[in-house]
Amino acid sequence: MATEILMPALSPTMEEGTLAKWLVKEGDTVSSGDIMAEIETDKATMEFEAVDEGIVGKILVPEGTEGVKVNTAIAILVEEGEAVPEAGAAPASAAMPADLKSEEGRAPAAESAATAPEAPEVDETPDWPEGTALKQQTVREALRDAMAEEMRREPTVFLMGEEVAEYQGAYKISQGLLDEFGPKRVIDTPITEHGFAGIGVGAAFGGLNPIVEFMTFNFAMQAIDHIINSAAKTLYMSGGQMGAPITFRGPNGAAARVGAQHSQDYAAWYMQIPGLKVVMPYSASDAKGLLKTAIRDPNPVIFLENEILYGRSFDVPDVEDFTVPFGKARIWRQGTDVTIVSFGIGMTYALAAAEKLAEEGIDAEVIDLRTIRPMDTGAIIKSVMKTNRCVTVEEGWPQGSVGNYISSVLMQQAFDYLDAPVINCTGKDVPMPYAANLEKHALVTTDEVIEAVKQVTYR
Amino acid sequence: MPARKTTKQPNVSAEELKTYYRDMLLIRRFEEKAGQLYGMGLIGGFCHLYIGQEAVVVGLEAAAEEGDKRVTSYRDHGHMLACGMDPDGVMAELTGREGGYSKGKGGSMHMFSKEKHFYGGHGIVAAQVPLGAGLAFADKYLENGRVTFTYFGDGAANQGQVYEAFNMAALWKLPCVFVIENNQYAMGTSQQRSTSSPDIYHRGEAFGIPGDMVDGMDVLAVKAAGEKAVAHCRSGKGPYILEIKTYRYRGHSMSDPAKYRTREEVQKMRDERDPIEAVRSLLLTGKHATEDDLKAIDKEIKDVVNKSADFAKESPEPALEELWTDIYADVAPQTA
Repeated sequence: MATEILMPALSPTMEEGTLAKWLVKEGDTVSSGDIMAEIETDKATMEFEAVDEGIVGKILVPEGTEGVKVNTAIAILVEEGEAVPEAGAAPASAAMPADLKSEEGRAPAAESAATAPEAPEVDETPDWPEGTALKQQTVREALRDAMAEEMRREPTVFLMGEEVAEYQGAYKISQGLLDEFGPKRVIDTPITEHGFAGIGVGAAFGGLNPIVEFMTFNFAMQAIDHIINSAAKTLYMSGGQMGAPITFRGPNGAAARVGAQHSQDYAAWYMQIPGLKVVMPYSASDAKGLLKTAIRDPNPVIFLENEILYGRSFDVPDVEDFTVPFGKARIWRQGTDVTIVSFGIGMTYALAAAEKLAEEGIDAEVIDLRTIRPMDTGAIIKSVMKTNRCVTVEEGWPQGSVGNYISSVLMQQAFDYLDAPVINCTGKDVPMPYAANLEKHALVTTDEVIEAVKQVTYR
Repeated sequence: MPARKTTKQPNVSAEELKTYYRDMLLIRRFEEKAGQLYGMGLIGGFCHLYIGQEAVVVGLEAAAEEGDKRVTSYRDHGHMLACGMDPDGVMAELTGREGGYSKGKGGSMHMFSKEKHFYGGHGIVAAQVPLGAGLAFADKYLENGRVTFTYFGDGAANQGQVYEAFNMAALWKLPCVFVIENNQYAMGTSQQRSTSSPDIYHRGEAFGIPGDMVDGMDVLAVKAAGEKAVAHCRSGKGPYILEIKTYRYRGHSMSDPAKYRTREEVQKMRDERDPIEAVRSLLLTGKHATEDDLKAIDKEIKDVVNKSADFAKESPEPALEELWTDIYADVAPQTA
């Protein structure tokens, strides 16, 4: 049966090309893989091979022809003894794809702008019922307990990272875990972040639930390809067949006097990635409850801790299996004059500022986001509908900050409720300096939060 | 089964040879068809064909057992067909249709099959190497006796993460066969111009990982090397490296004019070293098959490939709702 040979597309963007040279002539026998012609695109001259066997019955487009559109018939291939049909009469060896369907469908993530919203549904149930027994615990102990409990619960959970086993953790978060779970499940890695992050993701594909500790998240920049390309995108790329149930955790943000390369807040970086969940706890109860949730989550979770918070003590419920859900903010302080939104160590500035502001008669509501992605924007909007003013607080850099995103959500979803522009209090737009006085100024300060609240409340 | 040292007098059954012939031919014809569909605008973006390298995956799959895992780069169509994935589903993924393995959301470079233990299809050069070591880590942890084939190219062999993975795989004795498919060109850069020492399989020595160089145009040699490597891994001795010398006949991707090598070089390989012709010749000279038998296989393969192309054309584009699915899982889709 005769087939038409069509002008091929030889690059993702090619629409037409020059048929530079025929390497076969009418009457030649060709088989699969034989080079038939040279075709010039705007980028290169490419050889074009035969796919089917047959005899070149007729060349329809002579060599030297420019501007030959992709999918134009350029030759007719016949079988031995077969007459050459007229151009257009023979079936082409494949059809063109159907036109792309209309672009209707779901709207992009941004909601339609500037309509006064209904009060959003917000889950405000307390993290533990009244009367629950509490104990004082440091964030460090809470994180260790969370890992130990989940490792007892599920044999596929294991911890790997630098110094997590014999050294008992560079920051002593994994203290005692090697003794209880042994070297099979508490694994010291070489200093090789890119490699062990990839091994962790592969192990998650293979059915395990790894906890990968980065000694600090600064070093995870060496591993970020595996976090984003391998862990976050695989569920989507596989059409839901395979995912990465893995927790990446470790201290994030500035510690003290360790300079530019060891002091960076990655909340805004990871917040951008669909497929990742991003958690940044402040208190010990959240550190515990959210880490347990992270380890159980079937998706990759970025769990951002803070070295300065490790030693702080908080109330932690003394119950069997305490978890905190993702996507649920916590209101630390009720107030009516202004909403201060923060997360992680930013909460220390937010709460300190609220105390001082109260002395001056300004009643601030303080919201701890706890998870950055998914983000409980409903809690922020609901609060702003009451206070009409918002200040965000974080240690990260200003351009493309978490606060910037909150500002845009409020503009689009609560514009009519705002009586002042939202102010984002952030770290300064500089690499972290070493000198003690400069470092203090590079971070966000309580005074700056107080000043911002006064601006938005016009005091 | 003892490892075979030579293929000069292959101790191999007619059925086995026919299977290799069929499996390699399927890849070749499938890839030619993919090239054709690309030319017609039915396949978009990047499309990296495996033509010329067929003996590598077919030989190694012959050394694999049920439950063994495999992971590779973006030049992945051959690996998927060789491990038994459905040509219809692979071709429909290439055309970005609902019937594709990833529902059209992955494309040529990103396909997976839980059922066939195929863990991708990865687009970042060498990223699959630590991932493969991680799959082997899981198998060792679970004590299930499985082995992972981690494929990468001579180009990927220059990425740092390969050596990070080698170190940990050796340190923890992970059951992983690192398969370096040396097709001699990292896109347009010949191995000579990119790689300080020609024998990549020696690079495991620094980590105590044994390695062999294998003729990748000889499916029986690849199978024998694979059996040796798999036996090593399965016995708990840790990883093994196979550097398999092969050759890709086509450009790096469909849009590569391949001006970095001569037409004569490619033609010489096709004429003298073609892996499919080699098995064909063994079948005919050994009187294991007649020309007619082989024609029947050719026809059978052609039908399978044509059917996959028809399926890939007829399968509808994914529903627009699919844009928003599979971003987060409610339960982990795979289990230990």
